Amino acid sequence: MKNIISKKVQAMQPSGIRAFFDLVLGMKEVISLGVGEPDFVTPWSIREAGIYSLEQGFTSYTSNKGLYKLRLGLARFLKHKYGLEYCPDEEMLITVGVSEGVDLALRAIINPGDKIIVPIPSYVSYGPVAELAGAKAVYVDTTKDDFKLTPKSLTKAIDKKVKAVILNYPSNPTGVSYTKRELEGLSKVMIRHNLLCLSDEVYDDLTYDFAHTPLATLKGMKNRVIYLNGFSKGFAMTGWRVGYVCAPREIVAAMTKIHQYTIMCVSITSQMAACEALISGAKSVQEMKREYKRRREFFIDGLNDIGLSCKKPQGAFYAFPSVKHFGLSSLEFSQRLLKDKKVAVVPGTAFGKCGEGYLRMSYASNADNLKEALVRIGDFVRGI
Amino acid sequence: MEEILEILEKDCRASAEDIAKMTGKKAAAIKQAIKKLEKEGVILKYKAVINRELVRDTDSAVRALIEVNIAPQKDLGFDKIAERIYSFGEVSSCYLISGTYDLLLVVEGRDLQTVARFVAEKLAPLEHVKGTATHFLLKKYKEDGVILKHREENKRIAISY
Repeated sequence: MKNIISKKVQAMQPSGIRAFFDLVLGMKEVISLGVGEPDFVTPWSIREAGIYSLEQGFTSYTSNKGLYKLRLGLARFLKHKYGLEYCPDEEMLITVGVSEGVDLALRAIINPGDKIIVPIPSYVSYGPVAELAGAKAVYVDTTKDDFKLTPKSLTKAIDKKVKAVILNYPSNPTGVSYTKRELEGLSKVMIRHNLLCLSDEVYDDLTYDFAHTPLATLKGMKNRVIYLNGFSKGFAMTGWRVGYVCAPREIVAAMTKIHQYTIMCVSITSQMAACEALISGAKSVQEMKREYKRRREFFIDGLNDIGLSCKKPQGAFYAFPSVKHFGLSSLEFSQRLLKDKKVAVVPGTAFGKCGEGYLRMSYASNADNLKEALVRIGDFVRGI
Repeated sequence: MEEILEILEKDCRASAEDIAKMTGKKAAAIKQAIKKLEKEGVILKYKAVINRELVRDTDSAVRALIEVNIAPQKDLGFDKIAERIYSFGEVSSCYLISGTYDLLLVVEGRDLQTVARFVAEKLAPLEHVKGTATHFLLKKYKEDGVILKHREENKRIAISY
């Protein structure tokens, strides 16, 4: 049998670290800084709510858009937290993590030939998912602008076919975030060129140096922003797979059409747990945030001390240091570091070509691990 | 100050240098702040949390919670008699509580007999002590916020996006 696989999927690049991942699996006593999720387990009150819902017999489907109770809770939560107002009936959809939200949003808005702007280094799914939906991804290299999209670099990438921009802040993999002022600069360009924006703000709770500003709160932006968020990072709920989308009603209606045929609804257990997170999770979120912030100070200083130069990222739990001056590619550096010193990191190239010369290191790991990792990496770079 | 306490409460081995890095302050300033906290009696002691179930043959193998009914003294209330009681080395904790009883003690001993003897010979005969109820502790699950079991294994996959 020939040509079993669709051409589009054949053209997709497999994620850059698959082979690397297999290598790590076979090794013992590895300190992994390669993990893209919190090292906390979900706070107990949230887990308990999930268990209780099962005991009560909540094992059915929910409405396609998600439990009304959860959407209403979210509407109140967003209003209280950011002054963001969305109608739980028509402007909100509960998704299987932000990942599904990104996929639905892109499929809902893209016509063949449309272009989507993706600032890189970026989270791995944006480009491939946009192309799967029929768009051409236009990658904007941000390495020379401290990993930030600027009004200038954005404007330069825009032509008539560009339909939307994907922003992610605080960013995975760089940890960089945008101030309100910087966002205002970008929003003006988007308004001038009539662009939509998928704003993935899943790390919003982990912003350390200034208050997080949702893009949709800026003047003239609410009707062009597809706001994507979820429970994974702030509430340490990655495995529950609960995200949400808030957007203008016609976009949510279009996304819901796809969602109802492909996913139907998010697991009810997870949705019930998420309801509890909104009620009782705030204290745990703040505790975790304080802990991450301390690790950030400790870890970024430590990296700079051993010669891996790195600016202090404003959010998330990633450092994205440069290793260019060691004369190894990102992949070589990562492979040798793993083999010689048993520290796992992710090569920057996994997040776009311009990630060459950088590594992503997650500091979502306890202080003892981070300390030991710094010692091992220090030994390693002295030996190069 | 509060942040230093939060860090030390989680891990009292954290050095002033480490705390300085975590909080973005100077090590000397942290050292000074800790000294002040010690001097003011905010930080009383640094100690390890030990799971006694895994240690054999110790002087604190058996623990009992003992409720004590006492008659308060004029002008002194419960404090004087409480001091006479908590000064015994066998008493590891002592609380004044509301309800049917007045004091709640945690008493440690090598075995049941040792604890029983302490109650019968030292505690119960004290003047002002009107009665006691001894509950031997069978199993400790959690103490001072620490769940007493082996550390849970990390369940995350080693590399993820």
